[in-house]
Amino acid sequence: MTKTLAELAKTVRSKNAGVDKITFDIIFYDRATYEHVKQAKVLTRDSITALYGIPDSRISDFVEFDPGCAIKFTIYRTAPSGSAGDPDIFGAQQYAPLLGIEVPGM
Amino acid sequence: MKSMKIISPNGHLGFAPLKPESFAIGVDARPDYIGADSGSDDVGPVPLGSDTSTSPVGWQTHDLEQMLLASRRIGVPMIIGSAGDTGTNSRVDLYLSIIRDLARKHKLSPFKLGWYYSDVPKDRLRAAIESGEDVAGLDGRPSLTLEELEATDHIVAMAGVHPYIKLLRQGADVIIGGRSSDCAVFAAPAIHHGFPEALSYYLGKVLECASFCAEPYGAKETVLGEISNEDVRVTAMHPDQRCTIASVAGHAMYERSNPFFEYVAGGRLDMTHCNYEQVDPRTTRITGPTFEPAPQFRVKLEGSGKVGERYVGLVGIRDPYSIANVDRMIDWAKQQVRERFGNAQYELHYTVYGRDGVMGAMEPKHDHAPHEIAVLVQGVAPTKEMAEEVALIGTRQMFYARLPEVKGTAGSVAFPLDEVMRASPAYRWTLNHTYAVPDGLTLHQTHLETVGA
Repeated sequence: MTKTLAELAKTVRSKNAGVDKITFDIIFYDRATYEHVKQAKVLTRDSITALYGIPDSRISDFVEFDPGCAIKFTIYRTAPSGSAGDPDIFGAQQYAPLLGIEVPGM
Repeated sequence: MKSMKIISPNGHLGFAPLKPESFAIGVDARPDYIGADSGSDDVGPVPLGSDTSTSPVGWQTHDLEQMLLASRRIGVPMIIGSAGDTGTNSRVDLYLSIIRDLARKHKLSPFKLGWYYSDVPKDRLRAAIESGEDVAGLDGRPSLTLEELEATDHIVAMAGVHPYIKLLRQGADVIIGGRSSDCAVFAAPAIHHGFPEALSYYLGKVLECASFCAEPYGAKETVLGEISNEDVRVTAMHPDQRCTIASVAGHAMYERSNPFFEYVAGGRLDMTHCNYEQVDPRTTRITGPTFEPAPQFRVKLEGSGKVGERYVGLVGIRDPYSIANVDRMIDWAKQQVRERFGNAQYELHYTVYGRDGVMGAMEPKHDHAPHEIAVLVQGVAPTKEMAEEVALIGTRQMFYARLPEVKGTAGSVAFPLDEVMRASPAYRWTLNHTYAVPDGLTLHQTHLETVGA
């Protein structure tokens, strides 16, 4: 059956990584789930650019972090954090669309 | 010293108060040092640019008092980094005066108070640029230009372990640091006592945010790190928190682009081959980090410059037709501001809550029509008067927006306030760069005095 990342991940968060980037962490409860999601290829550079509607050049890092059972990626902001008009100075609420990503075969 | 223990009670001292219960447990564990970082660039460019703190002085004093009294009672040094959110000279001076006042208030026995400054004068960087030195951009930024430098109000250089180690060698009992890498607060005493650099920087990395490396989630609780020549052990002090393999490894990711590397002045901590081991329910042991010295010693510079004064307005919209056409209403209001001010220098920003207020262009959800929305209007201009007028026209003209088929012709928006409000001036991060220096003390001058003599 299909489950969402909201069901499968312990932590899904976003936060500033310095003043020019926002980093996203998706941390799983256990290694088996982490490996399954990795294999399912639902969380990749391509799926992220499609979901957020951004070009690949906006992604500075994409890492599968085995010691933390986590998938992590980082994007460049279009303007530094806290510039007038920036609605999320800490970058703390940009993760929400990830929660609905569907993972088949769970 | 076979091993060294250090406690960290707060990951951003002043931003919210430390929790005294777990701090007391940590102090009873007889640490060799008590340390806390007090800075962050997360708070946006306003505090650095305007040289103010975002943290209330009452909360800063609360934590400094708890830490100072514990440090003097058990006779171990206390180290604070990035004083007052930004680590500017004025914030260091503020913390020094708080420490001196606390020493008097509690009639503390004499102790050595050390500090260092981190402000970088613009003249120094202007001279560097003019002589052809590269002030290199980080995170995709171009090299610093004279124009961008002139747009900057305040610059700090991020120290590594070096000024802390110098002050520890001189016998400082309390250190108030200017801007520094968070991890330097904890790595410095470990390196000072001869522990391996790699493990020392790892110790700093894991302790810098206090209980963020523990689970379940709960900030501002004390954690204890212990370093030996072979490993680092980190233990949660709150009775209901644990440092687990998952929480400690997970913390390596926090707030950084890449979980394997941490860049500090003078080198890079590599956590790729870290091994994590649960040694008791609340303690995780870490081995295997490495440290690579940088080929050239470069320090990171942070700079912020004022864009203008700022006023904000807020309107609500309930008419479904208006909600569907809110962009046309915004265009109308923008046009009215343009007609008033022409090509004069100003900024006008609209944030549409209920549609894409939080995520802007990155919002993927466009398939539902909200039943009500709020629009935040920000006007930024060189003077207070002009900023107020930009924001006022930009807000009030939403009321008069001309939509062809609107039924409600008595006003297109709901005002919760019939005014615009003064906000902090708008600043922006002008510097996120690095600059080559001969050594880690060049930009960070140290000072030492005896307090209470």
